[in-house]
Amino acid sequence: MTLLLALAPALLFGAGVYLLLQRDLLRDVAGMILASNAATLFVLATGLQRGRAPILPVPDGTTASDPLVQAMALTAIVISFGVATLLLSLVYAVWETHGTIDQEDLLAAQTRQEQALDREERPAP
Amino acid sequence: MIERHESVVVTTFVRVLVPLAQLFGLYVLVHGHESPGGGFQAGVILGASYILVALALGREALEERVNERACVALAAGGVLLYVATGAVGFAGTAFLDYAALPGPGSPVRARWLGILLIEIGVALAVAATLVLIFCRLAARDAET
Amino acid sequence: MRGHLPVLPLLLTLVGAMATPIVALVAPRAASGLAVGAAAAAALAALGGLADVLVAGPRRYALGGWPGPWGIELVLDPLSGFVGVVVAGVGTAALLAGAGGARRVYGDAAPTFHALALVALTGYLGIVASGDLFNVFVFLEIAAISSYALVASGGGPGLVAAFRYAVLGTVGASFYLLGVALLYALTGSLNMADLAARLPALAQSPLLTGGAALIVVGLAIKMALFPLHGWLPDAYTHAPSPVTALLPAVGTKAAAYALARILLSVLGGGDLPLAMLLAWTGAVAVVVGGVLAARQQDARRLLAYSSVSQMGYIAIGLGLAGTSALAGAYLHMLGHALAKGALFIGVGALLLAGRRPALAALGLGPRQPVLGACLVVAALSMVGVPPALGFFSKWYLLEGAVAAGQPGLVGAILLGSLLALVYMYRLTGAVWFGESGALPVAATPRPVLAVLVVLAVATLGLGLVSGPLVDRILIPAAVLTTAAAGP
Repeated sequence: MTLLLALAPALLFGAGVYLLLQRDLLRDVAGMILASNAATLFVLATGLQRGRAPILPVPDGTTASDPLVQAMALTAIVISFGVATLLLSLVYAVWETHGTIDQEDLLAAQTRQEQALDREERPAP
Repeated sequence: MIERHESVVVTTFVRVLVPLAQLFGLYVLVHGHESPGGGFQAGVILGASYILVALALGREALEERVNERACVALAAGGVLLYVATGAVGFAGTAFLDYAALPGPGSPVRARWLGILLIEIGVALAVAATLVLIFCRLAARDAET
Repeated sequence: MRGHLPVLPLLLTLVGAMATPIVALVAPRAASGLAVGAAAAAALAALGGLADVLVAGPRRYALGGWPGPWGIELVLDPLSGFVGVVVAGVGTAALLAGAGGARRVYGDAAPTFHALALVALTGYLGIVASGDLFNVFVFLEIAAISSYALVASGGGPGLVAAFRYAVLGTVGASFYLLGVALLYALTGSLNMADLAARLPALAQSPLLTGGAALIVVGLAIKMALFPLHGWLPDAYTHAPSPVTALLPAVGTKAAAYALARILLSVLGGGDLPLAMLLAWTGAVAVVVGGVLAARQQDARRLLAYSSVSQMGYIAIGLGLAGTSALAGAYLHMLGHALAKGALFIGVGALLLAGRRPALAALGLGPRQPVLGACLVVAALSMVGVPPALGFFSKWYLLEGAVAAGQPGLVGAILLGSLLALVYMYRLTGAVWFGESGALPVAATPRPVLAVLVVLAVATLGLGLVSGPLVDRILIPAAVLTTAAAGP
């Protein structure tokens, strides 16, 4: 179980990083979600222990699971949900205004724009 | 474009399911400090029930039930309810010290009441925010 | 109410942030006044907190009456009090200066800008007040999510910049969270004071090394420390003017504070090899950031790269971890917040007046002497000319570097000042002597000018009283972070 919980975040994080390196913005969002969920899973893994719901009174002789890691995981999930929502609406807005969600195309468009501006602004040598 | 779903099965099922889901959301809300659950989970269930209405019965059905301005006020008001409940603690030891809440009963009872108020604030904010996010994204969809 | 001073600043900004959209529903014009008022109230509370620390000593504030290490604690000591005043004070100035611009840039959506800016301030003040590792993560993300939205709020190229910022920022936050999880696995505690007491006994544990490395990398991304600064230039270049008044001035400082607090007083980082690595990374940042800034054609991009360079100074101070180096780093947080705030507000005002951001098109001539003079004062502080604040912070940093016997770092600090002279001359020279063009320049609004003058006077005035400031506040703050580290 420990090995599984060590491997799962590593696998998730690796997959997330792989997706983050893609050109398509939607894949980047997916990668970001995977990476932050890997961190959340890792937080859960650090306090993993079988037991009852941690609500007092805990009967004698039984163990309760660690409530703190669950609270942290819940908070982290909420935060990554918020970031994911924001990123998705950003992708939507980029697609609406730029007509593409490919990193290379966006970069090329930006460079063209800056070069045009540079030619215009730079005093003639 | 979010439109009313054609299938009678879907629309009827949603009409039956939504009130039950909202009732369950309220149960999760008020039972959060006795069993697993709480304000965030309740808010998600409540918000999701309204999103389900929009997906199955169309945007007009959602707009009959909620209004965006009210959602903004509820989302911010939920957080303000949280802060106000916490600020009662200034009368006691510290911010969020619910034992200082006025009312009959022991400090335990006051804490029980305090956490309930906090959870209500959280549920309101979460539900209203979810509906708002959905409305705004769906509205952009409608414009294009 | 004195006992509640640690929590008041962030509560005031939070209430302001939530009340603004509600008030805007009925009275849109009142919303911006309410927002600035909330920020000003928070600044007053932060100032009160700092005064209280000086009189009555540090406070630990147990939220809900549950004491640490089980409850969640806020800490008010010289360091957090000082940084809290910097963040809330400069944040208020930025909001005040941005209010007019926000109405023009956003129109009816201006209250949303104010609410988001106040949420960001709440996040920064929360980072500063927090005495608990996980709460630092939560507040980092509160501040970060609202910053992403603020950068994107202008649309256009800002959207892509905000996307990159959000992806990198989230990766940084994930690293930080992984590090916190490792420390939690090691000790079962998240409270900073508790961890500081327990970790020295566990110094050999690989979990501590891994956790420390992850936390430092995560926070370094958030504070845009070279080479992890990739998100910063685009974000600050393409964000709307009211946003660039706020984020560059206070945004990275809160992350730098978190790094100082966690690395030095929790992890005992003064002795770790990590600290020296941080100092040298800072030195590289100072030089590379300066060179890149000097090459830019766009005024906002020049200022953004200069932020990369200036954050390097703070990293040098934190890495050296000696008393005067730390005092220099903390003083630099104040000096850079004031100067960079003034520079971005000034350039933002020119852009709002219809100018384009290219250096060659910024020429103002003597037509707006007050605006131009304020920019020059801020530039002098960035270069480090006495009596501006920037001189004194670099002086303490130099003293720290000399005391640590690091001639390389001394060289980097001096070279950074030379580079700052180059890029700040390019900016102010373009404003004063550049071709002014045929465009008539609209007068700068009075509130913006007033804020600029206040920032410029504070840069000079606080420079003159920097001796007492350092002795009374920053040396205790530095001792606080080194005492836990060293024996």
